[in-house]
Amino acid sequence: MGTTTALDQPGPQRGGGVRSLLANPASLSDFGPLLALILAGVYFTTQSDRFLSGANLSLVVQQSMVVGVLAIGQTLIILTAGIDLSCGAVMALGNIVMTREAAEAGLNPYLAIVLGLGACTVFGLLNGLLITRINLPPFIVTLGTLNIAFALTHIYSRERTVTNVPDEHLYFGNVFRIGDTRITYGMVVMFALFLLFWFILSQTTLGRHIYAVGNNPEATRLTGINTGRLLLIVYTVAGFLYGIAAMLLVARTGVGDPNAGQTDNLSSITAVVLGGTSLFGGRGAILGTLVGVLIVGVIRNGLQLIGVGAVYQILVTGILVIVAVAVDQLSRRGRR
Amino acid sequence: MSDPGAARERSEDTDDIEGIDVISPAPLEGQTPILEARGIVKRYGQVTALDGVDFQLLPGEILGVIGDNGAGKSTLIKALSGAILPDEGEIYLDGQQVRFKSPLEARRLGIETVYQDLAVAPALNIAENIFLGREIRRPGPLGSVFRMLDKGRMRREASVSMRDLKIGIRSMRQAVETLSGGQRQGVAVARSAAFARHVVIMDEPTAALGVKESNMVLDLIRQVRDRGLPVILISHNMPQVFDVCDRVHIQRLGRRVAVVEPRTFEMADAVAIMTGARPGDFITPA
Repeated sequence: MGTTTALDQPGPQRGGGVRSLLANPASLSDFGPLLALILAGVYFTTQSDRFLSGANLSLVVQQSMVVGVLAIGQTLIILTAGIDLSCGAVMALGNIVMTREAAEAGLNPYLAIVLGLGACTVFGLLNGLLITRINLPPFIVTLGTLNIAFALTHIYSRERTVTNVPDEHLYFGNVFRIGDTRITYGMVVMFALFLLFWFILSQTTLGRHIYAVGNNPEATRLTGINTGRLLLIVYTVAGFLYGIAAMLLVARTGVGDPNAGQTDNLSSITAVVLGGTSLFGGRGAILGTLVGVLIVGVIRNGLQLIGVGAVYQILVTGILVIVAVAVDQLSRRGRR
Repeated sequence: MSDPGAARERSEDTDDIEGIDVISPAPLEGQTPILEARGIVKRYGQVTALDGVDFQLLPGEILGVIGDNGAGKSTLIKALSGAILPDEGEIYLDGQQVRFKSPLEARRLGIETVYQDLAVAPALNIAENIFLGREIRRPGPLGSVFRMLDKGRMRREASVSMRDLKIGIRSMRQAVETLSGGQRQGVAVARSAAFARHVVIMDEPTAALGVKESNMVLDLIRQVRDRGLPVILISHNMPQVFDVCDRVHIQRLGRRVAVVEPRTFEMADAVAIMTGARPGDFITPA
């Protein structure tokens, strides 16, 4: 027997260079989202001189902020090969609980925020329990909790928007300036959360286990990882993140709105998919989701600037989603 | 780390031992079996899957386990790897009686199992797969508080275990899905070999592979044995079993009917015993 067995046969290699980028669709799906964001940015810069200004880019981020935080939770869940349809409705519930308790029940504003965060976290925990303890599919569970959260929000709010929100709830709407650019505290929160979850997913054991369970749950279980507990943690943390999104939403809009977030579940999934994370679980990256959120934000903003109607923004987003999923599928096929 | 050649020579030395009855186990020569089972019974309702089966795995050997469908070989392996709890009988690991309530307990005691269906996480890289569930964290508070991975060290150690098994893969950063089937099974084997302290069980490790890739995996199995870890190989493939194994446990109707040595025993006769065409004498281990 020689020094190495015949296992040393050539397999596709991950390598640098444009040639391997073209030869290997996997790397295209890694850098594709960023490329798309840059191309969109360049296009709108040439079409409108207002696009590339601090004030406008700040606006793009502010408009993307809430969906961005929801999409962090959604990314965690989709990486485990799950999905969460309830995120927007859960956020709306948290939004109503915190504003109504403070403005109408006269509760301490901070305590009200804690209550709102708690309501969202409980819904995340409920999703996780139903999925791990009773083994129900995430799609069905979160479809159920979507409706439950939606109904509770409307029953509890009596269909009324909460207006006299205390100042403490608007804290994250405060701004500081870098040059002429207004940065809200909420934007900082979103970027900090992306950074935190980038660290968790790419640098810690918890992160590895989240990818592994999305890749091959049975193999992951056999290595001794408690996959049920892992999923429970993921859904609960996601619920807590929806609570933070609710907090940012209040700060941005200044009201508690029972009709908030009705399409945000799909918007967050769109952002995750545009960011290159596979709906089949186990592959993708949180910074891709940030890019995905910004792609939607930039396209919406840019088309607005050049005077194209809102319907076309939705049209373009729809096409992009299909392109993103197609690239993901093709790259998976290439790896088989 | 043991010299790969040493164990190989030792097993060739046993050629000189005389008087091996073809249908009896190789003489124990005072060797304590690494893994031993006595009188294991497992019933599923009316069906008796294991009917008082005995089993012995000796140090430094590759032991094949063969048997027809329904002979109870997979039930036996499940009992030995902790996947099921037998109704009766005892299991000894290194002379100590043990009772595995789950595969994790067996694993904690140093018995690693490689499954046929390539149990790896395809999108994770080689190092991440080898250390999955047993990650090495950074020293100090970075590891203990922030639970931060020591990726460099895991890559270096993964590289060493792959090299020990003479699997030539250049980068531990390669995603497992970019590897061939044989290379993937190589990762699974390296993973077991790196963590097994006593026994590696391979359940049909070549079932999903082509001929060439199967041969690579058989080479790997020899490498593991040569590093001093005994291997239990469950396989349907007779030529493979007779090619690689030092002894073969033949399972029939829930019992061990014979243990044979491929070097001195015809494959056709083993098949005859396995199918019941030829009676195998029941063996009572010394």
